[in-house]
Amino acid sequence: MKRKISSLVLVVMMLVMTVAGCGNNSASSSGSTVETAADKQGKVLNIYCWNTEFQDRFEYFKSTGKLPSDVTVNFVVTPNENNAYQNALDAALLKQNEAPADEKIDMFLIEADYALKYVDSDYTLNVNDIGLTKDDVKDQYQYTQDIVTDKNGVLKGVTWQATPGLFVYRRSIAKDVLGTDDPDKVQAALATWDKFDSVAAQASSKGYKMLSGYDDSYRVFSNNVSAPWVDANNKIQIDPNIMKWIDQTKTYTDKNYNNKSKLWDTTWAADQGPKGQVFGFFYSTWGINFTLLGNALETPEKEGGKQEVGNGIFGDYATCTGPQSYYWGGTWLCAAAGTDNANLVKDIMQTLTCDATTMKKITEDTQDYTNTVSGMQSLANSDFKSAFLGGQNHIKLFAEAAPKIDMKNMSAYDQGLNEELQKAMHDYFDGKVTKEKALENFYTAAIEKYPNLTK
Amino acid sequence: MKMKKKKSKYVSYAKWGYIFLIPFFLVYIVFSLLPLLSTFYNSFFENYMVGLQHVGPKFVGFANYASIFSNAELGTYFKNTFILWVLGFIPQIIFALLLASWFTDLRLRLKCQGFFKTVIYLPNLIMASAFSMLFYTIFADMGPINNVLEAIGLPSYRFLSEIAGTRGLIALMNFLMWFGNTTIVLMAAIMGIDTGLFEAARIDGANSLQIFGKITLPLIKPIMAYTLITSLIGGIQMFDVPQILTNGNGNPNRTSMTLIMYLNKHLYSKNYGMAGALSVILFIITGILSILVYHYLTSGMEKAGVRKSKKNKVKGA
Repeated sequence: MKRKISSLVLVVMMLVMTVAGCGNNSASSSGSTVETAADKQGKVLNIYCWNTEFQDRFEYFKSTGKLPSDVTVNFVVTPNENNAYQNALDAALLKQNEAPADEKIDMFLIEADYALKYVDSDYTLNVNDIGLTKDDVKDQYQYTQDIVTDKNGVLKGVTWQATPGLFVYRRSIAKDVLGTDDPDKVQAALATWDKFDSVAAQASSKGYKMLSGYDDSYRVFSNNVSAPWVDANNKIQIDPNIMKWIDQTKTYTDKNYNNKSKLWDTTWAADQGPKGQVFGFFYSTWGINFTLLGNALETPEKEGGKQEVGNGIFGDYATCTGPQSYYWGGTWLCAAAGTDNANLVKDIMQTLTCDATTMKKITEDTQDYTNTVSGMQSLANSDFKSAFLGGQNHIKLFAEAAPKIDMKNMSAYDQGLNEELQKAMHDYFDGKVTKEKALENFYTAAIEKYPNLTK
Repeated sequence: MKMKKKKSKYVSYAKWGYIFLIPFFLVYIVFSLLPLLSTFYNSFFENYMVGLQHVGPKFVGFANYASIFSNAELGTYFKNTFILWVLGFIPQIIFALLLASWFTDLRLRLKCQGFFKTVIYLPNLIMASAFSMLFYTIFADMGPINNVLEAIGLPSYRFLSEIAGTRGLIALMNFLMWFGNTTIVLMAAIMGIDTGLFEAARIDGANSLQIFGKITLPLIKPIMAYTLITSLIGGIQMFDVPQILTNGNGNPNRTSMTLIMYLNKHLYSKNYGMAGALSVILFIITGILSILVYHYLTSGMEKAGVRKSKKNKVKGA
């Protein structure tokens, strides 16, 4: 009897679970019908993001007076760490259809590394559908649109910033090693990877390190790959350019050209400061004015230090293009399918990402490099000077680098695979495993993350 | 009439006993048994997320188990977990025994016992994650420990890039966190021993080492076994300390990746099938280990029982 009852309970439970399993359908509203009638717009605007950066930018939109006074703006902030932002966003998007109109996501922010995950889904709206025309976005950098264009060629997002990267070097070390700190001459010495390697050898012979750590040059290589991470059959393919990064970094490590640090760790930050002995860093727009500047000061601003020559190595950095153009970072705005504030989302996008006047003002206020070709070109040709970079007009170099960025070979798996490759290779650089074993560890970790991929 | 009432009262006591047990069983069924069974059920399905797309659920039989066993990773992680546990447990039990016997020694009469007991228990009150973050910072490549090493003229050591360094730190943390707890458990066990036995031994001329080896140790054996089981089960589930210290990678070369960290890896893709299969395997391993230890423990008790009954017989005669 007891056995009968317990088996009955089991059967019932399994049935219940089967039914529950069927309840998950991944279909969502196709997004073809966007409500733009003025009288059908919602009163609550929900924006998903991972930090307060966009809230600051949003002030520029508010100041135009286009935000209706009866609309409440909700910023739902989930920090980026350990994928928490994407997890929260995914959970909310999966419930988007059932959520009441005022709780639906209207707009969310994404980063390039995982952009295609959202862009290739039905959860993002075609920006043309909400009213942004091709003409509106024509002044944006092409690569910023390539990153958020889906497989059918539809533009699904826009950004107010472009983030081309440069090689930032220490003027004093360049003088010691190359005999000059002039950006043009230093660029000539670093124009190809072969030249870069020979400068590394020279720097090393004088007791300097060329780069701080393992991952410093990764983006430069990974942005210039010849094919996406994953092919049409879901097979992971490691690009020859990525293999070049592995070999170069191993050589640099074995020859002591780098300081064995990892991105964002304390060694890496210290290498950028007054005690650092590192020739230079690959950094993009935001990294120079925020991260690098902060690290370069002897007395941090929190402790009353000023951004001026004499505080640490302020003024001792300069930039050049480096061996290859690349970008790093950036934040895109996407309109969520099912939004009841399409008109407002369109106004925000238009003001922040298409209006050259607003964007130029953002650049002048914050030194953020904005996504307007004409606006940045005019700044590049002006007498704009960065005191931190010893009076150099680095906007000019950014403006030259940005159009060269080619992001056609992105995949939805970039974030996970980039991270796992870097982690797996650290063991190889440390001399703990062979290259084959490190690659094997990478495949293991990659397939754990994405069970649909194959080696 | 009166008799009847009494009888019914007596019966209703037992009934109340069962009623009071219901909450436990209810909580157990809802929060332990049902999830356990659904884990078994889920392990037979292919069911995960790729980005925002849901793959499955599709019945695949034992395919998940086959893929876990085919890549031979499980053995490595089991070995890692075991090594990390042993490295932490051995110093933990040695220090705990030493401290417990000192604290309970009648001749030493240590002062400020309450203070010391609190101090050795304190590390256990810190959250494991906070403790690991602290160690991560202290033992960083350019952290305070390496600064000290350099200052006294020793070469710096990249703790978290070396197998011995990483495993050693994890073991050290587990030891620091748990030896206080074990000390207190063992002290309770030693204080349960009749002090007359110690006095008699001392009168017979036994030294401290002999008393410890011949009286204390045999008599606290059941509690030692209890400590071993709880520590073993805790060891199999070791997760928070290595996860945070190595950022979830179990580096270098996955040598500090424990079983539960491996399980956690499947969380990224919400891979219910693989994670379910892995959990079932872990369940079986833990089950086998528990049965082994339980068997060992109960057989020991039976022996003790036999001896006792013999003694009684002699007394009776």
